[in-house]
Amino acid sequence: MTDPTGGFLGSLGGSVRVWVAIVVIGLATFGFRLSFIYLFGRIEDVPPRIRRPLTYVPPAVLAALVVPDLVTVESTVTATLVDERLIAGVAAGVVAWKTENVFATIAVGMGVLWVLRFVVL
Amino acid sequence: MSRGDDGPVDADLLAGVRDVSPLMLGIVPFALVAGIAAVDAGFSLAEALGLSVVVFAGASQLAALDLLGADAPLAVVVGTAVVINLRMVMYSASIAPYFSRYGTRLRAGLAYLLTDQAYALSVAEFERSPDRVRWRYYLGVAASLWVVWQAGTVVGVAVGTGVPDAWGLTFAVPLVFLALLVPAMKDRPTTAAGLVGGAVAVAAAGLPLNLGLLAGAVCGVGAGLLVEGAAS
Repeated sequence: MTDPTGGFLGSLGGSVRVWVAIVVIGLATFGFRLSFIYLFGRIEDVPPRIRRPLTYVPPAVLAALVVPDLVTVESTVTATLVDERLIAGVAAGVVAWKTENVFATIAVGMGVLWVLRFVVL
Repeated sequence: MSRGDDGPVDADLLAGVRDVSPLMLGIVPFALVAGIAAVDAGFSLAEALGLSVVVFAGASQLAALDLLGADAPLAVVVGTAVVINLRMVMYSASIAPYFSRYGTRLRAGLAYLLTDQAYALSVAEFERSPDRVRWRYYLGVAASLWVVWQAGTVVGVAVGTGVPDAWGLTFAVPLVFLALLVPAMKDRPTTAAGLVGGAVAVAAAGLPLNLGLLAGAVCGVGAGLLVEGAAS
């Protein structure tokens, strides 16, 4: 794999790579959590210029994570649509919309996937 | 600061534990998936638990595992997880006034435990009941979530190791994201952000370095801002 650090990090052992990721993500996340809790009194509020784009980060990032896991563009429309992951994902999406329940969403999505994989297809 | 200081069992702490209990129905499967996904990405139990303890933020953990398992460059793994957790800055700003009287060390501890659920429940309760001992109520909520999250990760690692690949347990990862995504698309601009983010990510899925994810996120945020601007 190409690596922006010129291959240095890629050449490290798998476990070192994992721990570097854990520590860096953990430190950044703690920094975000602490930011205003620590600073309060010096800065009163998040400026709107920062707050507005942040509102759209969760839906944009979650969709960019989930949709490519459900949809693979194939050469024909039929081949794209008849995909066990897409069908299971749409069923789970309807459940998520109706119930807003994580457990029900996982149960229906996995159930449909298993029926399609082991029974139908 | 007087209420709850005298009894053998802390009323404010218990109120927090009680209020967060129903949410565990959603947290337990999420934590199990975090453990399963860690096994799938080749993590040892120590690495899986390390991720859950050090980062303690589910969506970013799953995204990082997904990308590490796909051999994405470290910068992309870290960048994606960090972007997902940026929302913590908003929570931090919103909850900060309630904690401003506490010492630095206590505030740092409370900050470490800050999550979507701890934030939402606590701020609602602080508004409703002004005489709560805030840090104790918050601790009741946030520490319960922490304990269940770590235990769920360990059980998830055990389950993930024992179940055959054909069951496709890692499909639960996009399902968790879906369960978080749908309620996040609550009005026109957020729906536009989700639709554009997802469409661009699929169209750009062939890009190297998993840049499709970043392209989808940036275009999605842009779409949200555009629709918001058009409406006002």
